[in-house]
Amino acid sequence: MQPFTTHTGLVMPLDRVNVDTDQMVPKQFLKCLTREGFGRILFYDWRYLPGEKPNPEFVLNLPRYKGASILLARTNFGCGSSREHAPWGVKDYGFRAIIAPSYADIFYNNCFKNGILPAILTEAEVDQLFQHTESEQGYSLSIDLPTQTIKDAYGHIYNFEIAPSRKEVLLKGLDDIATSLLHADSIATYEKSHPSAATMFDPVDIKNYR
Amino acid sequence: MSPTTLYEKIWQNHVVHEEPGKPSLLYIDRHLVHEGTSPQAFAGLKAEGRKVRRPDLTFAVMDHSVSTTDRTLPILDNDAKLQFEALERNCRETGVRLFDMNSKHQGIVHIIGPELGITQPGQTIVCGDSHTSTHGALGTLAFGIGTSEVEHVLATQCLVQSKSKTLHILVHGKRPKGVTAKDIILAIIGKMGISGGNAQVAEFGGEAIRALSMDGRMTVCNMTIEAGARAGMIAPDDTTFAYLEARPFVPRGKEFQAAVDRWKTLKSDDGAKFDATIELHADQLAPQVTWGTNPGMVTSVNGRVPDPHDFRDLNDQKATESALKYMGLKPGTPIVDISVDRVFIGSCTNSRLDDLRAAAHLLAGKHVAKNIKQALIVPGSRGIKAQAEKEGLDKVFIAAGFEWRDAGCSMCIGMNADVLPPHERSASTSNRNFEGRQGRDSRTHLVSPIMAAAAALAGHFVDVREFDVAHVE
Ligand code: SF4
Repeated sequence: MQPFTTHTGLVMPLDRVNVDTDQMVPKQFLKCLTREGFGRILFYDWRYLPGEKPNPEFVLNLPRYKGASILLARTNFGCGSSREHAPWGVKDYGFRAIIAPSYADIFYNNCFKNGILPAILTEAEVDQLFQHTESEQGYSLSIDLPTQTIKDAYGHIYNFEIAPSRKEVLLKGLDDIATSLLHADSIATYEKSHPSAATMFDPVDIKNYR
Repeated sequence: MSPTTLYEKIWQNHVVHEEPGKPSLLYIDRHLVHEGTSPQAFAGLKAEGRKVRRPDLTFAVMDHSVSTTDRTLPILDNDAKLQFEALERNCRETGVRLFDMNSKHQGIVHIIGPELGITQPGQTIVCGDSHTSTHGALGTLAFGIGTSEVEHVLATQCLVQSKSKTLHILVHGKRPKGVTAKDIILAIIGKMGISGGNAQVAEFGGEAIRALSMDGRMTVCNMTIEAGARAGMIAPDDTTFAYLEARPFVPRGKEFQAAVDRWKTLKSDDGAKFDATIELHADQLAPQVTWGTNPGMVTSVNGRVPDPHDFRDLNDQKATESALKYMGLKPGTPIVDISVDRVFIGSCTNSRLDDLRAAAHLLAGKHVAKNIKQALIVPGSRGIKAQAEKEGLDKVFIAAGFEWRDAGCSMCIGMNADVLPPHERSASTSNRNFEGRQGRDSRTHLVSPIMAAAAALAGHFVDVREFDVAHVE
């Protein structure tokens, strides 16, 4: 996974609460077999009019936000379905970080599996950033994960909290599976000492249960 | 020892490795897999040369994109076909048991887990699907994960987890007639809001929960995720044990008795501390109907569509405004004046036998209203379908003007041909009314199965308590 240490980029504001993952990547794209290519369809129903014509009113299509790599969002971002296609889309579009007052649980988890930083600021701070972003074309932010700070060119500084273990995953671009497999012995020991939980009672006639 | 919650007990029993200040490695007893969120996980595993650690604890099923009509016909949707083929290949190569679309046990993943007895009290269960919370109704710790975590569980049979905060949801009193498990959970979500339970593990208790059948309890736990919670759970009791006895994957005879003795210890101790408690009185509840674009936008059937100005918070005002615009509704409209185009009874929330029986009871000898363009009943599994047909429910539905379909997710998500057309309005027993959920620009109202059946008969929402629901659960 691509590590995340610092990132500077253009901010795109998405001024809606409770943006759900169905909106980020609608169901028809859940039939794909790979993790790639979801950037083109991110926010599909908002972004495209019927016939895949770009909707000129949707923020992602405004020329001033072209090339944005930081997504500014509202509370409970990423609620709903567990689909990891949503963060795949966010990343594939080119966003490296999200800033919001809160995230839905599963989406938040999924971000860390994909090298995306979901930074949390207070609602007042996020409000302020919405104002900055909307009033100034080209408004950019610099995010520094080691010091957990976000800065703009005018000396505004915001601090964000992140669990140390999560921070480490992003900083080092850790592969969770490899880390967990270091505990293969503990897993085997667990399986031996918890037979009732970790074994399957097989029906008498397995063939019938296919 | 200090009193502990059910969640903490199950957690403690599954810790494989822990270090201070770090998330724990938690053992996963059952891993459920469906065609939609697994191909990338299997591919990732293969690319790294890793194996499925416990294919015997992993179960796969085709549900999201399957046709609910004739499955002997060729699959026209090529993307869906490729996904089915990928799941088949992945299961064959790794030894994972697959209930494919032609299996007589096929059904929605969260329906067949409990139905086949794969789900048992005290287990940890995950699936690449947020409604995995359903399985908590049997006293398990069950939650949805992303595809990277699916890959992680395939490889290690474990998950990296931090302990969640706990929430006690107590539903006191008795449900009035016509008020179902669905109405209880919709009212809870309405009260908490859709992020009110964020990342917490909720345990449901109280008289009204205890009185629910297993089918009803699953409806409640299923939608816990819609309040933002990670998992919902209900301590197992005699209702649970009776439900599980003789199910295919449940041990028999002496082994079953031993299991029940173990399961009986699975409850929160008296005096166990929860981080928060919410209380509700079932006797004060009315049937619920959602009016907006998330499950928290809900009111009683005798209520009205709200005015954005009813809300003090600016974000709520904006959200309500855009929801009403999307839904094509005017503030102040009585819920019972909203007419319906299509009715969908199905999904992992409400497609179990209790749901079908209740709907059939209401529909018997009656016919859907003229303005209803389509009324669909999609049983949650082929097992449920077979049992319903044995009871003659299919005949009741068909005579009432409903289409009786094969098992799958269907119009809950519209990944197959069962899509709600643009600007049409549904009365749906599913769990999400997000924009575009049932089809682009479609308008979803979430209700209970009997409320959906009543809406089908009337052509608009109607208070089901006006019908004969005396024997309906
Ligand atoms: S029925 Fe709906 S909510 Fe349930 S698993 Fe299928 S798509 Fe998801």
